Amino acid sequence: MQPLFLTFQLAVIVTAILFVLGVPLAYWIVFSKNRFKYIIETLVSMPLVLPPTVIGFYLLVVFSPTNFLGHFLETYLGVRVVFSFTGLVIGSVIFSLPFMVNPIKAGLESFPLTLMEASYCLGKSSWETLRRVILPNIKPALLTGLVMAFAHTIGEFGVVLMIGGNIPGETRLASIAIYNEVEALNYDTAGLYALLLVSISFSILLVFYYLNRKSLKIF
Amino acid sequence: MIMIKLRFKKQMHTPQGQEWLDVDLNIARGEFVTLFGESGAGKTTFLRVLAGLTDPQEGHIEVDGEVWFDSQKKINRRIQKRKVGFIFQENALFPHMTVRENLEYACGDKKTKGSIEEWIVSLGLKGLEDQKPDKISGGQKQRVALIRALINRPKILLLDEPLSDLDIPSRMNLQDEIIKAFQKSNITTILVSHDLSEVFKLSKKIFVIEQGKIIRSGSPQEVFVNNNFSGKFKFTGEIIEIHKDGVLNIVTLSIGNNLTKVMASDEEIAGLAIGSKVIVAAKAFNPLILPIKKGTL
Repeated sequence: MQPLFLTFQLAVIVTAILFVLGVPLAYWIVFSKNRFKYIIETLVSMPLVLPPTVIGFYLLVVFSPTNFLGHFLETYLGVRVVFSFTGLVIGSVIFSLPFMVNPIKAGLESFPLTLMEASYCLGKSSWETLRRVILPNIKPALLTGLVMAFAHTIGEFGVVLMIGGNIPGETRLASIAIYNEVEALNYDTAGLYALLLVSISFSILLVFYYLNRKSLKIF
Repeated sequence: MIMIKLRFKKQMHTPQGQEWLDVDLNIARGEFVTLFGESGAGKTTFLRVLAGLTDPQEGHIEVDGEVWFDSQKKINRRIQKRKVGFIFQENALFPHMTVRENLEYACGDKKTKGSIEEWIVSLGLKGLEDQKPDKISGGQKQRVALIRALINRPKILLLDEPLSDLDIPSRMNLQDEIIKAFQKSNITTILVSHDLSEVFKLSKKIFVIEQGKIIRSGSPQEVFVNNNFSGKFKFTGEIIEIHKDGVLNIVTLSIGNNLTKVMASDEEIAGLAIGSKVIVAAKAFNPLILPIKKGTL
Protein backbone atom coordinates (compact mmCIF):
# COMPACT_ATOMS: atom_id res chain seq x y z
CA MET A 1 0.00 0.00 0.00
CA GLN A 2 3.03 2.24 0.33
CA PRO A 3 3.05 3.38 -3.34
CA LEU A 4 -0.60 4.47 -3.02
CA PHE A 5 0.07 6.36 0.17
CA LEU A 6 3.07 8.04 -1.45
CA THR A 7 0.98 9.01 -4.49
CA PHE A 8 -1.62 10.77 -2.37
CA GLN A 9 1.00 12.41 -0.20
CA LEU A 10 2.59 13.80 -3.35
CA ALA A 11 -0.77 14.91 -4.79
CA VAL A 12 -1.70 16.78 -1.60
CA ILE A 13 1.64 18.57 -1.33
CA VAL A 14 1.74 19.43 -5.04
CA THR A 15 -1.86 20.72 -5.06
CA ALA A 16 -1.18 22.92 -2.03
CA ILE A 17 1.96 24.41 -3.62
CA LEU A 18 0.17 24.90 -6.93
CA PHE A 19 -2.72 26.72 -5.27
CA VAL A 20 -0.39 29.17 -3.55
CA LEU A 21 1.52 29.62 -6.80
CA GLY A 22 -1.41 29.43 -9.25
CA VAL A 23 -3.63 32.19 -7.87
CA PRO A 24 -1.04 35.01 -8.07
CA LEU A 25 0.28 33.71 -11.39
CA ALA A 26 -3.20 33.58 -12.97
CA TYR A 27 -3.98 37.02 -11.49
CA TRP A 28 -0.81 38.44 -12.99
CA ILE A 29 -1.48 36.88 -16.40
CA VAL A 30 -5.02 38.26 -16.52
CA PHE A 31 -4.53 41.75 -15.09
CA SER A 32 -0.93 42.69 -15.81
CA LYS A 33 -0.38 45.25 -18.53
CA ASN A 34 3.06 43.81 -19.27
CA ARG A 35 3.55 43.46 -23.02
CA PHE A 36 5.44 40.20 -22.71
CA LYS A 37 3.04 38.36 -20.47
CA TYR A 38 2.06 36.04 -23.31
CA ILE A 39 5.54 34.50 -23.00
CA ILE A 40 4.79 33.46 -19.42
CA GLU A 41 1.36 32.30 -20.55
CA THR A 42 3.00 30.09 -23.17
CA LEU A 43 5.49 28.64 -20.70
CA VAL A 44 2.72 27.77 -18.26
CA SER A 45 0.88 25.82 -20.94
CA MET A 46 3.93 23.99 -22.32
CA PRO A 47 3.38 20.85 -20.20
CA LEU A 48 0.04 20.41 -21.97
CA VAL A 49 1.74 19.77 -25.31
CA LEU A 50 5.14 18.33 -24.44
CA PRO A 51 5.66 14.61 -23.80
CA PRO A 52 6.21 14.19 -20.04
CA THR A 53 9.55 12.54 -20.75
CA VAL A 54 10.85 15.78 -22.28
CA ILE A 55 10.12 17.74 -19.11
CA GLY A 56 11.51 14.90 -17.03
CA PHE A 57 14.67 14.83 -19.12
CA TYR A 58 15.33 18.56 -18.73
CA LEU A 59 14.67 18.43 -15.00
CA LEU A 60 17.09 15.55 -14.73
CA VAL A 61 19.73 17.53 -16.59
CA VAL A 62 19.18 20.78 -14.67
CA PHE A 63 19.17 19.18 -11.23
CA SER A 64 21.87 16.63 -11.86
CA PRO A 65 24.63 16.97 -9.19
CA THR A 66 27.17 17.23 -11.99
CA ASN A 67 25.57 20.46 -13.20
CA PHE A 68 25.61 23.89 -11.62
CA LEU A 69 22.16 24.10 -10.02
CA GLY A 70 22.10 20.51 -8.81
CA HIS A 71 25.62 20.84 -7.44
CA PHE A 72 24.80 24.12 -5.72
CA LEU A 73 21.66 22.73 -4.05
CA GLU A 74 23.43 19.63 -2.83
CA THR A 75 26.62 21.30 -1.59
CA TYR A 76 25.17 24.38 0.06
CA LEU A 77 21.61 23.42 0.99
CA GLY A 78 22.02 19.68 1.31
CA VAL A 79 19.06 19.11 -1.00
CA ARG A 80 19.19 16.40 -3.59
CA VAL A 81 16.50 16.76 -6.22
CA VAL A 82 17.07 13.90 -8.62
CA PHE A 83 15.83 10.48 -7.55
CA SER A 84 14.18 11.90 -4.41
CA PHE A 85 10.72 12.86 -3.22
CA THR A 86 11.70 16.54 -3.49
CA GLY A 87 12.36 15.94 -7.17
CA LEU A 88 8.91 14.41 -7.59
CA VAL A 89 7.34 17.47 -6.00
CA ILE A 90 9.25 19.89 -8.25
CA GLY A 91 8.55 17.88 -11.39
CA SER A 92 4.86 17.47 -10.57
CA VAL A 93 4.43 21.16 -9.76
CA ILE A 94 5.81 22.11 -13.16
CA PHE A 95 3.92 19.39 -14.97
CA SER A 96 0.53 20.15 -13.37
CA LEU A 97 0.90 23.93 -13.42
CA PRO A 98 -1.45 24.55 -16.38
CA PHE A 99 -4.14 22.41 -14.77
CA MET A 100 -4.23 24.82 -11.83
CA VAL A 101 -3.51 28.09 -13.62
CA ASN A 102 -5.77 27.78 -16.64
CA PRO A 103 -9.10 27.26 -14.81
CA ILE A 104 -8.30 30.11 -12.39
CA LYS A 105 -7.33 32.29 -15.34
CA ALA A 106 -10.67 31.54 -17.01
CA GLY A 107 -12.48 32.37 -13.76
CA LEU A 108 -10.69 35.69 -13.41
CA GLU A 109 -11.27 36.60 -17.04
CA SER A 110 -15.02 36.19 -16.69
CA PHE A 111 -15.13 38.07 -13.37
CA PRO A 112 -16.99 41.39 -13.80
CA LEU A 113 -14.52 44.26 -13.75
CA THR A 114 -17.13 46.58 -12.24
CA LEU A 115 -17.06 44.62 -8.98
CA MET A 116 -13.31 45.13 -8.67
CA GLU A 117 -13.69 48.81 -9.45
CA ALA A 118 -16.47 49.13 -6.90
CA SER A 119 -14.17 47.64 -4.29
CA TYR A 120 -11.31 50.00 -5.22
CA CYS A 121 -13.69 52.98 -4.95
CA LEU A 122 -14.48 51.83 -1.41
CA GLY A 123 -10.80 52.28 -0.63
CA LYS A 124 -9.85 48.60 -0.67
CA SER A 125 -6.42 47.49 -1.91
CA SER A 126 -5.91 44.98 -4.73
CA TRP A 127 -4.98 42.32 -2.18
CA GLU A 128 -8.08 42.85 -0.06
CA THR A 129 -10.23 42.94 -3.21
CA LEU A 130 -8.70 39.66 -4.39
CA ARG A 131 -9.19 37.97 -1.04
CA ARG A 132 -12.64 39.24 -0.11
CA VAL A 133 -14.35 39.94 -3.43
CA ILE A 134 -12.74 38.03 -6.30
CA LEU A 135 -11.81 34.65 -4.80
CA PRO A 136 -15.17 34.04 -3.09
CA ASN A 137 -16.88 34.69 -6.43
CA ILE A 138 -14.74 32.34 -8.51
CA LYS A 139 -15.02 29.30 -6.23
CA PRO A 140 -16.04 26.97 -9.08
CA ALA A 141 -12.88 27.91 -11.00
CA LEU A 142 -10.73 27.45 -7.89
CA LEU A 143 -12.26 24.06 -7.20
CA THR A 144 -11.75 23.01 -10.81
CA GLY A 145 -8.09 23.99 -10.54
CA LEU A 146 -7.66 22.10 -7.26
CA VAL A 147 -9.33 18.93 -8.49
CA MET A 148 -7.62 18.93 -11.88
CA ALA A 149 -4.18 19.51 -10.39
CA PHE A 150 -4.76 16.81 -7.77
CA ALA A 151 -6.13 14.25 -10.23
CA HIS A 152 -3.44 15.01 -12.77
CA THR A 153 -0.69 14.49 -10.21
CA ILE A 154 -2.14 11.12 -9.28
CA GLY A 155 -2.16 10.11 -12.92
CA GLU A 156 1.43 11.08 -13.65
CA PHE A 157 3.96 8.63 -14.96
CA GLY A 158 6.56 9.95 -17.38
CA VAL A 159 7.91 12.95 -15.49
CA VAL A 160 8.08 11.18 -12.15
CA LEU A 161 9.77 8.13 -13.62
CA MET A 162 12.41 10.29 -15.29
CA ILE A 163 13.27 12.45 -12.31
CA GLY A 164 12.34 10.13 -9.44
CA GLY A 165 13.19 6.70 -10.68
CA ASN A 166 11.78 3.73 -8.84
CA ILE A 167 12.98 3.77 -5.23
CA PRO A 168 10.58 1.96 -2.86
CA GLY A 169 9.19 4.26 -0.17
CA GLU A 170 10.86 7.29 -1.70
CA THR A 171 9.82 7.69 -5.33
CA ARG A 172 7.88 4.56 -6.21
CA LEU A 173 4.40 5.94 -6.83
CA ALA A 174 1.33 3.86 -7.61
CA SER A 175 1.60 4.42 -11.35
CA ILE A 176 5.23 3.34 -11.34
CA ALA A 177 4.53 0.40 -9.03
CA ILE A 178 1.94 -0.91 -11.51
CA TYR A 179 4.51 -0.78 -14.31
CA ASN A 180 7.03 -2.47 -12.05
CA GLU A 181 4.69 -5.30 -11.03
CA VAL A 182 3.67 -5.94 -14.64
CA GLU A 183 7.30 -6.20 -15.66
CA ALA A 184 7.81 -8.73 -12.84
CA LEU A 185 4.67 -10.56 -14.11
CA ASN A 186 2.83 -9.92 -10.80
CA TYR A 187 -0.51 -9.24 -12.46
CA ASP A 188 -2.50 -9.60 -9.23
CA THR A 189 -0.67 -6.84 -7.39
CA ALA A 190 -0.66 -4.64 -10.48
CA GLY A 191 -4.41 -5.22 -10.85
CA LEU A 192 -5.03 -4.27 -7.24
CA TYR A 193 -3.12 -0.99 -7.58
CA ALA A 194 -4.85 -0.23 -10.86
CA LEU A 195 -8.30 -0.92 -9.44
CA LEU A 196 -7.63 1.24 -6.39
CA LEU A 197 -6.36 4.11 -8.54
CA VAL A 198 -9.39 3.87 -10.82
CA SER A 199 -11.89 3.82 -7.96
CA ILE A 200 -10.27 6.66 -6.03
CA SER A 201 -9.89 8.88 -9.11
CA PHE A 202 -13.44 8.07 -10.14
CA SER A 203 -14.77 9.04 -6.70
CA ILE A 204 -12.88 12.33 -6.65
CA LEU A 205 -14.16 13.37 -10.07
CA LEU A 206 -17.66 12.15 -9.27
CA VAL A 207 -17.87 14.25 -6.11
CA PHE A 208 -16.43 17.21 -8.02
CA TYR A 209 -18.96 17.10 -10.84
CA TYR A 210 -21.78 16.54 -8.37
CA LEU A 211 -20.75 19.63 -6.41
CA ASN A 212 -20.39 21.65 -9.60
CA ARG A 213 -23.92 20.73 -10.59
CA LYS A 214 -25.19 22.02 -7.29
CA SER A 215 -23.53 25.33 -8.21
CA LEU A 216 -21.30 25.01 -5.17
CA LYS A 217 -24.02 26.38 -2.91
CA ILE A 218 -22.69 24.30 -0.03
CA PHE A 219 -19.40 26.19 0.12
CA MET B 1 -16.32 77.85 -3.17
CA ILE B 2 -14.90 75.53 -5.81
CA MET B 3 -14.84 71.84 -4.92
CA ILE B 4 -13.87 70.25 -8.23
CA LYS B 5 -11.61 71.96 -10.69
CA LEU B 6 -10.72 69.96 -13.74
CA ARG B 7 -9.53 70.14 -17.28
CA PHE B 8 -8.34 67.11 -19.17
CA LYS B 9 -8.12 65.40 -22.52
CA LYS B 10 -8.87 61.72 -22.83
CA GLN B 11 -8.98 59.62 -25.95
CA MET B 12 -12.13 57.56 -26.39
CA HIS B 13 -12.83 54.67 -28.71
CA THR B 14 -16.40 55.07 -29.94
CA PRO B 15 -18.26 53.21 -32.67
CA GLN B 16 -17.76 56.33 -34.81
CA GLY B 17 -13.98 56.08 -34.36
CA GLN B 18 -11.52 57.96 -32.19
CA GLU B 19 -12.87 60.93 -30.27
CA TRP B 20 -11.37 63.21 -27.68
CA LEU B 21 -13.13 63.88 -24.43
CA ASP B 22 -11.96 67.42 -23.85
CA VAL B 23 -13.40 69.20 -20.82
CA ASP B 24 -12.63 72.16 -18.63
CA LEU B 25 -15.02 72.96 -15.81
CA ASN B 26 -15.47 73.87 -12.16
CA ILE B 27 -18.06 72.57 -9.75
CA ALA B 28 -18.91 74.35 -6.51
CA ARG B 29 -18.95 72.66 -3.10
CA GLY B 30 -22.26 71.05 -2.26
CA GLU B 31 -23.59 71.37 -5.78
CA PHE B 32 -25.67 68.69 -7.55
CA VAL B 33 -24.80 68.79 -11.22
CA THR B 34 -25.85 66.61 -14.12
CA LEU B 35 -23.87 65.60 -17.13
CA PHE B 36 -26.42 65.22 -19.89
CA GLY B 37 -25.87 63.68 -23.30
CA GLU B 38 -26.39 60.82 -25.71
CA SER B 39 -24.71 57.50 -25.03
CA GLY B 40 -21.16 57.52 -26.36
CA ALA B 41 -20.79 61.26 -25.71
CA GLY B 42 -18.23 60.62 -22.98
CA LYS B 43 -20.33 60.93 -19.82
CA THR B 44 -19.24 57.68 -18.23
CA THR B 45 -15.61 58.24 -19.26
CA PHE B 46 -15.79 61.61 -17.53
CA LEU B 47 -16.84 59.95 -14.24
CA ARG B 48 -14.23 57.21 -14.61
CA VAL B 49 -11.44 59.72 -15.11
CA LEU B 50 -12.55 61.66 -12.06
CA ALA B 51 -12.72 58.50 -9.94
CA GLY B 52 -9.28 57.36 -11.13
CA LEU B 53 -10.58 54.24 -12.88
CA THR B 54 -8.98 55.39 -16.09
CA ASP B 55 -6.25 57.94 -16.80
CA PRO B 56 -6.55 60.90 -19.15
CA GLN B 57 -3.76 61.63 -21.64
CA GLU B 58 -3.22 65.06 -20.17
CA GLY B 59 -4.76 67.50 -17.75
CA HIS B 60 -5.15 68.64 -14.17
CA ILE B 61 -7.76 67.49 -11.67
CA GLU B 62 -8.14 69.10 -8.28
CA VAL B 63 -10.73 68.14 -5.68
CA ASP B 64 -11.16 69.89 -2.35
CA GLY B 65 -7.80 71.60 -2.71
CA GLU B 66 -5.92 68.32 -3.33
CA VAL B 67 -4.36 67.55 -6.70
CA TRP B 68 -5.61 64.16 -7.85
CA PHE B 69 -4.09 64.19 -11.28
CA ASP B 70 -1.53 66.31 -13.05
CA SER B 71 0.06 65.06 -16.24
CA GLN B 72 2.92 67.57 -16.11
CA LYS B 73 3.88 67.00 -12.49
CA LYS B 74 3.24 63.26 -12.89
CA ILE B 75 0.74 63.17 -10.07
CA ASN B 76 -1.86 60.43 -10.14
CA ARG B 77 -3.56 59.70 -6.86
CA ARG B 78 -4.68 56.08 -6.51
CA ILE B 79 -8.41 55.29 -6.70
CA GLN B 80 -8.33 54.05 -3.12
CA LYS B 81 -7.04 57.39 -1.86
CA ARG B 82 -9.48 59.57 -3.80
CA LYS B 83 -12.48 58.95 -1.55
CA VAL B 84 -15.20 58.96 -4.18
CA GLY B 85 -18.59 57.35 -3.82
CA PHE B 86 -19.37 55.70 -7.15
CA ILE B 87 -22.71 54.20 -8.10
CA PHE B 88 -22.52 52.10 -11.22
CA GLN B 89 -25.30 51.59 -13.72
CA GLU B 90 -25.43 47.89 -12.88
CA ASN B 91 -25.28 48.52 -9.07
CA ALA B 92 -22.12 46.37 -8.61
CA LEU B 93 -23.18 44.91 -5.27
CA PHE B 94 -20.98 41.98 -4.26
CA PRO B 95 -23.15 38.93 -5.04
CA HIS B 96 -21.65 36.67 -2.36
CA MET B 97 -22.35 39.11 0.47
CA THR B 98 -25.68 39.94 2.09
CA VAL B 99 -26.99 43.51 2.16
CA ARG B 100 -25.44 44.03 5.57
CA GLU B 101 -22.12 42.46 4.59
CA ASN B 102 -21.96 44.68 1.51
CA LEU B 103 -22.36 47.72 3.75
CA GLU B 104 -19.93 46.44 6.39
CA TYR B 105 -17.32 45.88 3.71
CA ALA B 106 -17.56 49.54 2.78
CA CYS B 107 -17.11 50.79 6.34
CA GLY B 108 -13.64 51.94 7.29
CA ASP B 109 -14.06 51.80 11.05
CA LYS B 110 -16.31 50.64 13.90
CA LYS B 111 -18.03 53.98 14.23
CA THR B 112 -19.20 53.92 10.63
CA LYS B 113 -20.42 50.36 11.12
CA GLY B 114 -22.64 51.66 13.88
CA SER B 115 -24.48 53.85 11.40
CA ILE B 116 -25.50 50.97 9.11
CA GLU B 117 -28.71 50.34 11.02
CA GLU B 118 -29.79 53.96 10.75
CA TRP B 119 -29.17 54.01 6.99
CA ILE B 120 -31.04 50.74 6.47
CA VAL B 121 -34.07 52.07 8.29
CA SER B 122 -34.06 55.47 6.63
CA LEU B 123 -33.94 53.96 3.13
CA GLY B 124 -36.66 51.43 3.85
CA LEU B 125 -34.49 48.32 3.68
CA LYS B 126 -35.39 46.97 7.12
CA GLY B 127 -35.88 43.22 7.01
CA LEU B 128 -33.70 42.76 3.94
CA GLU B 129 -30.33 42.98 5.73
CA ASP B 130 -29.63 39.27 5.49
CA GLN B 131 -30.68 38.85 1.86
CA LYS B 132 -28.20 38.39 -0.94
CA PRO B 133 -28.44 40.97 -3.76
CA ASP B 134 -30.07 38.54 -6.22
CA LYS B 135 -33.04 38.19 -3.85
CA ILE B 136 -33.97 41.88 -3.80
CA SER B 137 -35.47 44.18 -6.45
CA GLY B 138 -33.56 46.51 -8.76
CA GLY B 139 -34.68 49.56 -6.81
CA GLN B 140 -33.65 48.01 -3.50
CA LYS B 141 -30.26 47.10 -4.94
CA GLN B 142 -29.61 50.67 -5.96
CA ARG B 143 -30.60 51.85 -2.47
CA VAL B 144 -28.02 49.51 -0.99
CA ALA B 145 -25.51 50.83 -3.55
CA LEU B 146 -26.44 54.39 -2.52
CA ILE B 147 -25.80 53.65 1.16
CA ARG B 148 -22.60 51.78 0.33
CA ALA B 149 -21.31 54.77 -1.61
CA LEU B 150 -22.25 57.32 1.04
CA ILE B 151 -21.57 55.55 4.33
CA ASN B 152 -17.88 56.39 4.45
CA ARG B 153 -18.57 60.07 3.78
CA PRO B 154 -16.78 60.41 0.43
CA LYS B 155 -15.63 63.79 -0.83
CA ILE B 156 -17.70 63.52 -3.98
CA LEU B 157 -20.51 61.26 -5.17
CA LEU B 158 -20.59 60.04 -8.76
CA LEU B 159 -23.76 58.50 -10.15
CA ASP B 160 -23.50 56.73 -13.49
CA GLU B 161 -27.11 56.49 -14.72
CA PRO B 162 -28.07 54.61 -11.57
CA LEU B 163 -31.77 54.67 -12.40
CA SER B 164 -31.74 53.69 -16.05
CA ASP B 165 -32.51 50.02 -15.48
CA LEU B 166 -35.46 50.64 -13.16
CA ASP B 167 -39.18 50.82 -13.91
CA ILE B 168 -40.87 54.20 -13.62
CA PRO B 169 -42.37 53.96 -10.09
CA SER B 170 -39.12 52.76 -8.48
CA ARG B 171 -37.19 55.30 -10.49
CA MET B 172 -39.32 58.17 -9.14
CA ASN B 173 -39.03 56.71 -5.69
CA LEU B 174 -35.27 56.49 -5.83
CA GLN B 175 -35.02 60.01 -7.23
CA ASP B 176 -36.67 61.17 -4.01
CA GLU B 177 -34.23 59.09 -1.97
CA ILE B 178 -31.29 60.59 -3.82
CA ILE B 179 -32.59 64.09 -3.14
CA LYS B 180 -33.07 63.20 0.53
CA ALA B 181 -29.61 61.68 0.84
CA PHE B 182 -28.08 64.63 -0.95
CA GLN B 183 -29.79 67.14 1.34
CA LYS B 184 -28.77 65.15 4.41
CA SER B 185 -25.11 64.72 3.47
CA ASN B 186 -24.60 67.76 1.25
CA ILE B 187 -21.96 65.91 -0.75
CA THR B 188 -20.94 67.42 -4.07
CA THR B 189 -22.63 65.12 -6.58
CA ILE B 190 -22.29 64.50 -10.29
CA LEU B 191 -25.06 62.58 -12.00
CA VAL B 192 -24.84 61.18 -15.49
CA SER B 193 -28.19 60.92 -17.19
CA HIS B 194 -30.02 61.15 -20.47
CA ASP B 195 -33.48 61.34 -18.91
CA LEU B 196 -34.82 64.89 -19.10
CA SER B 197 -37.41 64.65 -16.34
CA GLU B 198 -34.76 63.26 -14.02
CA VAL B 199 -32.44 66.13 -14.80
CA PHE B 200 -35.12 68.71 -14.07
CA LYS B 201 -36.10 67.01 -10.85
CA LEU B 202 -32.66 66.44 -9.41
CA SER B 203 -30.17 69.05 -10.41
CA LYS B 204 -29.75 72.78 -10.32
CA LYS B 205 -26.95 72.84 -12.83
CA ILE B 206 -26.35 70.86 -15.94
CA PHE B 207 -23.57 70.36 -18.45
CA VAL B 208 -24.61 69.16 -21.90
CA ILE B 209 -21.95 66.98 -23.44
CA GLU B 210 -21.79 66.08 -27.13
CA GLN B 211 -19.00 64.13 -28.85
CA GLY B 212 -16.69 64.71 -25.92
CA LYS B 213 -17.21 68.46 -25.62
CA ILE B 214 -19.34 70.44 -23.17
CA ILE B 215 -21.55 72.42 -25.52
CA ARG B 216 -23.86 74.18 -23.02
CA SER B 217 -24.18 74.63 -19.30
CA GLY B 218 -26.54 76.34 -16.89
CA SER B 219 -29.74 75.58 -15.01
CA PRO B 220 -32.01 73.00 -16.68
CA GLN B 221 -34.41 75.82 -17.58
CA GLU B 222 -31.71 77.90 -19.21
CA VAL B 223 -30.25 74.99 -21.09
CA PHE B 224 -33.35 73.32 -22.38
CA VAL B 225 -36.35 75.58 -22.21
CA ASN B 226 -34.74 78.73 -23.56
CA ASN B 227 -32.39 77.27 -26.11
CA ASN B 228 -33.93 74.17 -27.36
CA PHE B 229 -37.66 74.00 -27.16
CA SER B 230 -38.91 77.52 -27.79
CA GLY B 231 -42.33 76.35 -26.69
CA LYS B 232 -42.79 74.10 -29.67
CA PHE B 233 -43.72 70.48 -29.82
CA LYS B 234 -40.72 68.47 -30.95
CA PHE B 235 -39.51 64.88 -30.70
CA THR B 236 -36.86 62.77 -32.29
CA GLY B 237 -37.86 59.43 -33.72
CA GLU B 238 -36.97 56.73 -36.18
CA ILE B 239 -38.83 55.71 -39.33
CA ILE B 240 -40.23 52.19 -39.09
CA GLU B 241 -42.32 52.04 -42.26
CA ILE B 242 -43.31 54.25 -45.19
CA HIS B 243 -46.61 53.40 -46.81
CA LYS B 244 -47.84 55.19 -49.95
CA ASP B 245 -51.50 56.03 -49.82
CA GLY B 246 -52.75 57.97 -52.83
CA VAL B 247 -50.93 61.28 -53.12
CA LEU B 248 -49.67 61.15 -49.55
CA ASN B 249 -47.39 58.84 -47.59
CA ILE B 250 -48.15 57.43 -44.19
CA VAL B 251 -44.93 57.27 -42.22
CA THR B 252 -44.80 55.07 -39.12
CA LEU B 253 -42.38 56.37 -36.53
CA SER B 254 -41.01 55.04 -33.29
CA ILE B 255 -40.67 57.80 -30.69
CA GLY B 256 -39.41 56.64 -27.33
CA ASN B 257 -41.46 53.53 -26.65
CA ASN B 258 -44.42 54.58 -28.77
CA LEU B 259 -45.37 54.10 -32.39
CA THR B 260 -47.13 56.86 -34.23
CA LYS B 261 -48.24 57.60 -37.80
CA VAL B 262 -47.60 60.89 -39.55
CA MET B 263 -48.72 61.98 -43.03
CA ALA B 264 -46.04 63.30 -45.32
CA SER B 265 -45.79 64.46 -48.93
CA ASP B 266 -43.36 62.92 -51.40
CA GLU B 267 -41.09 65.96 -51.08
CA GLU B 268 -40.96 65.69 -47.31
CA ILE B 269 -39.83 62.08 -47.35
CA ALA B 270 -37.36 62.50 -50.20
CA GLY B 271 -34.04 61.09 -49.04
CA LEU B 272 -35.57 59.32 -46.04
CA ALA B 273 -35.68 55.57 -45.64
CA ILE B 274 -36.59 53.02 -43.00
CA GLY B 275 -34.25 53.56 -40.08
CA SER B 276 -33.70 57.28 -40.76
CA LYS B 277 -33.63 59.47 -37.67
CA VAL B 278 -36.04 62.38 -37.93
CA ILE B 279 -37.48 65.22 -35.88
CA VAL B 280 -41.24 65.32 -35.53
CA ALA B 281 -42.46 68.83 -34.80
CA ALA B 282 -45.78 70.62 -34.78
CA LYS B 283 -46.18 74.36 -35.21
CA ALA B 284 -49.79 75.20 -35.69
CA PHE B 285 -51.54 73.62 -32.75
CA ASN B 286 -51.00 73.42 -29.06
CA PRO B 287 -50.53 69.85 -27.82
CA LEU B 288 -52.73 68.63 -24.99
CA ILE B 289 -51.32 67.33 -21.73
CA LEU B 290 -53.42 64.62 -20.14
CA PRO B 291 -52.60 62.76 -16.91
CA ILE B 292 -52.01 59.03 -17.16
CA LYS B 293 -54.07 56.92 -14.78
CA LYS B 294 -52.04 54.67 -12.50
CA GLY B 295 -51.74 51.13 -13.76
CA THR B 296 -52.29 51.95 -17.42
CA LEU B 297 -48.61 52.33 -18.18
